Amino acid sequence: MSDQFLYAIEVTLNGLMAGVLYALVALGFVLIYKASGIFNYAQGVMALFAAMTLVGIMDGQVPFSHLINATFGTKVHHFGWHVPALAAIALTVGVMVALAWMVQRFVMRHLVNQEPIILFMATIGLAYFLEGVSDLMWGSEIKKLDVGLPQGGSRWVEDATAFLGSENFYGFFIDKLDMVATVVAVLLVIALMLFSNYTKQGRAMRAVADDHQAALSVGISLNFIWILVWSVAGFVALVAGIVWGTKSGVQFSLSLIALKALPVLMLGGFTSIPGAIVGGLIIGVGEKLFEFTFGAMMGGATENWFAYVLALVFLVFRPQGLFGEKIIERV
Amino acid sequence: MKLKLTTLALGAIMAAGPVLADLVLPSLSYRTGPFAVGGIPLADGYADYFTMVNARDGGIGGLPVRVIECETAYNTEKGVECYEATKGEGALVYQPFSTGITYQLIPKATADGIPLHTMGYGRTSAKNGKVFSHVFNYPTNYWDAASVAINYLLDENGGDINGRKIALVYHNSAYGKEPIRTLEELAKKHGFELSLLPVDHPGQEQKSQWLQIRREKPDTVLMWGWGVMNQVAIQEAANIRFPMEDFIGVWWSGAEADVIPAGDASNGYKSLIMNGMGKNYPIYDDIQKYVVDTGKAAGVGDQIGTVLYNRTIYAGFLAHMAILKAQEIHGVADITPPMMRDGMEALVITEEMMAANGMPGFGPEFEVSCENHGGPGVGAVQQWDASAGVWNQITEFKASDKSIIDPLVEADSMAYAAENNIELRCN
Amino acid sequence: MFYREAGDFSTTYPEDSQTFPIRFDRYRYYVVLAFAFLVVPFIINDYWANAILLPFLIYAIAAIGLNILTGYCGQVSLGTGGFMAVGAYACYKFMTAFPDLSMFINVILAGLVTAIVGVLFGLPSLRIKGFYLAVATLAAQFFLVWLFNRVPWFYNYSASGQINAPERAEFGILVTGPNASAWATYLFCLIFVTISALIARNLTRGSIGRSWMAIRDMDIAAEIIGVNPLKAKLSAFAVSSFFIGISGALFFAVYLGAVEVGEVFGITKSFLVLFMVIIGGLGSVFGSFAGAAFMVLLPVLLKVVGVDMLGMPTDIVAHLQLVVVGALIIMFLIMEPHGLAQLWRLAKEKLRLWPFPH
Repeated sequence: MSDQFLYAIEVTLNGLMAGVLYALVALGFVLIYKASGIFNYAQGVMALFAAMTLVGIMDGQVPFSHLINATFGTKVHHFGWHVPALAAIALTVGVMVALAWMVQRFVMRHLVNQEPIILFMATIGLAYFLEGVSDLMWGSEIKKLDVGLPQGGSRWVEDATAFLGSENFYGFFIDKLDMVATVVAVLLVIALMLFSNYTKQGRAMRAVADDHQAALSVGISLNFIWILVWSVAGFVALVAGIVWGTKSGVQFSLSLIALKALPVLMLGGFTSIPGAIVGGLIIGVGEKLFEFTFGAMMGGATENWFAYVLALVFLVFRPQGLFGEKIIERV
Repeated sequence: MKLKLTTLALGAIMAAGPVLADLVLPSLSYRTGPFAVGGIPLADGYADYFTMVNARDGGIGGLPVRVIECETAYNTEKGVECYEATKGEGALVYQPFSTGITYQLIPKATADGIPLHTMGYGRTSAKNGKVFSHVFNYPTNYWDAASVAINYLLDENGGDINGRKIALVYHNSAYGKEPIRTLEELAKKHGFELSLLPVDHPGQEQKSQWLQIRREKPDTVLMWGWGVMNQVAIQEAANIRFPMEDFIGVWWSGAEADVIPAGDASNGYKSLIMNGMGKNYPIYDDIQKYVVDTGKAAGVGDQIGTVLYNRTIYAGFLAHMAILKAQEIHGVADITPPMMRDGMEALVITEEMMAANGMPGFGPEFEVSCENHGGPGVGAVQQWDASAGVWNQITEFKASDKSIIDPLVEADSMAYAAENNIELRCN
Repeated sequence: MFYREAGDFSTTYPEDSQTFPIRFDRYRYYVVLAFAFLVVPFIINDYWANAILLPFLIYAIAAIGLNILTGYCGQVSLGTGGFMAVGAYACYKFMTAFPDLSMFINVILAGLVTAIVGVLFGLPSLRIKGFYLAVATLAAQFFLVWLFNRVPWFYNYSASGQINAPERAEFGILVTGPNASAWATYLFCLIFVTISALIARNLTRGSIGRSWMAIRDMDIAAEIIGVNPLKAKLSAFAVSSFFIGISGALFFAVYLGAVEVGEVFGITKSFLVLFMVIIGGLGSVFGSFAGAAFMVLLPVLLKVVGVDMLGMPTDIVAHLQLVVVGALIIMFLIMEPHGLAQLWRLAKEKLRLWPFPH
């Protein structure tokens, strides 16, 4: 096989992996949109907040230490302990559940029955708020996140595939972190499927997604379900935050990964979990292959807009996304 | 809305307060936002330097220095707001540490008669003092950086890099595009192949670029990165097992925070520097004594001695020396911005001055002149030792290839002069 | 007491349908205009112009533009930053290509170019709706920014890709460039704001405005009663982009003077203008002003209070700013989902009855 062809395969493989990473972020959006019709702009910031909280707990940082020091002239920074990764993750999940409760209690509950754009706006307010709080709590400098995920190109894959091409071909490059992320994403989706199909709460969640009023009338507590949904979205945000944070360190730009998830959502449909995965894969492969074939010709850095244009092209043919619910309009 | 305006006006009046004789140096910092990683040590260094000067020397020429910090979050509009809010206080010199804000302030500050010092960033052709009367970018600039990096490669390869492949990974913005033209000229001269790999802001996802590097196997990768892009690039380079010895970043891509996230894999990464690094300078005893021990350290106080902290210590030192020069020229302690400009234009930095201030060998010796606002244009190379967690300087400060850079500076600055009808000075 | 319609008799139709039917309101409007045109230019200084009033006025135009599209026609757009960039670059190209052209004409031409681009990117709206459309307009945002960053012709082949506004005078008075005086730049923008607001107000209460609102309220029903959705949607995109283009041109030429597209006209700008529109009030010209004032003034106010008056570290104030702005947005939405404009309307209702509320 020619090297060029092998490179294209390599790019495709990496595109698939990147797509999984995008899908991880997109999943959080889908969960909330499906259950409550809210387009949760704060999902990216939630990932940042979760990752920062995780690092902070692991390193035993004192929350709000900078604010406390500036106000009271004290010098507290660290508790001086280190929490093992798993325990810290468990604690962070607890924090995310508490956050979900607070969002429900103080924001969403007061906005029941508002138009979608108002709810969207509220999540933007939430995004601002969370961003400020997470910086105040843990400081805005970059932090290294290490929960023991492997990183770097997999030697094994490289050695196993190097024979395919000529001398110049090193074998396929696949990042170990991406492989882990893929496994995590698959597990996450299976868990979400099992949860929503085989547990009482999961079925209640689906009922709410189908029809709020009908769900209420059979005795499902909307309040509880929404806290549940926001908690699950918080958990997904944590997973995305861990994977992306391991890649690039935990800092402000982590919240911008939401922008990578938007074309995925468009393509897959706002309401479909499989859609998020398939959309992610299409976007990942599409943008990487486009950069590979046309990038050099057009001067590079095409990925950002190409993802959106690709999604736009799909939308023109299917205005509700690939897997979205068919929009039926009546007068 | 009206009520708000009145309270705001009231606030502005109350904030102005009584006028005391002091030397005002605004610090347009960015401790938040996408570039906080670099902004925090930069802001801390500048503030600490002058806290130290005030405590140790009782200010400069008997007048205390007041550093006004104003948060820009690297945002141009906030930068303008900060500029307008601080210029009325008698600001002597602006050092924004942001290429975007610099471009913004070049015409504004020139019109207001306030000098602008952009050390190793901003508009490179501002080196030409004939066109840019109020902008200074001594001791060095981006185009020098590109040339110094290529010179370093020439030295490493016995003076011949003909046919070598060099890739430039750059932040897809004004800042990242600066070295391209210089590198293209240098490629013509030395016969190396240049390939360009732009990375869009913020640069969290660079898989395509690094897969391309893996395919094309360049001999050397240069990087013009800032913010999260640096960490990700170094991590990705480690992932594809690109030899770190052949990976050279500009001086904004060579701080501790950039290499530490990649752990041991970043061992051997090189970057350019324009000033000394580490804490082995007598000035750090002063900073410890007058700033840290008295509890006056800016920020959290954990950045002391890092690469970017040292950079603003150096920036503070250069401003300090320029103030002294201005006071000497005009014979008054309470100098104005135009006097400061004269001081900067007549600035001479000697080894004795650095040694006297506890910074022997911290930067090059140089003189600023009316024609040359850019200083000598030298740089050195440092290398990261991951196990010890320190940067090691591996070359001397060396000059760039002026035969390439001077015509470029001339052309770009003249184009600016023509576009804005600027009369040439220094005749 | 003063604010009531008693004794105000309209004898003609135009009088009955005027923008400010209450006499007091009308006079207040004239007073505000007179103050803005005749008093402010004499007391304005650099800080007020460059840090507060110019961004407020320019964002107000952008917000009016987006409000026409989102508030009146119901098409959520996140491409505002990209369209502003079109305005800015078009203005730059006109300014440098035809140095003798009046700045007024430059800015209007920039608006027209943006209108054409806006219509082009508005085409998908005929098929895509709601949040899908919002995300689709992001394609415009990212593509346009990439394009201006990529193609050297747009920035006249300068080394770094920055564009700089050359000095231009109007009636012998500099309005762009660093030497322009504060009052001149302020008046220049104020003229555009006033005219934009008048045009927007009159368009939205005319037949075209009613067709936009019909589309917003229910597009299928509107189509059935004879509103042409193609015409309505695309005209909304054109008019909205025209205003946004003007604001982008002013933003570049008058306010900033030098622009780097990715940083200044990035995605954050699109969101910022959308926030202004929603906080101010969808479907209200006054709301556009209120929203712009809120988003421009609040951070400055918080900074003045936090840093200058309370002496807190700048980074803590910056973080607190985010917290306070976020909390205020949520509070506003909970108390009054229809924005500041609705609060204003309620206040006026109360005023009419004051001091006898029953």
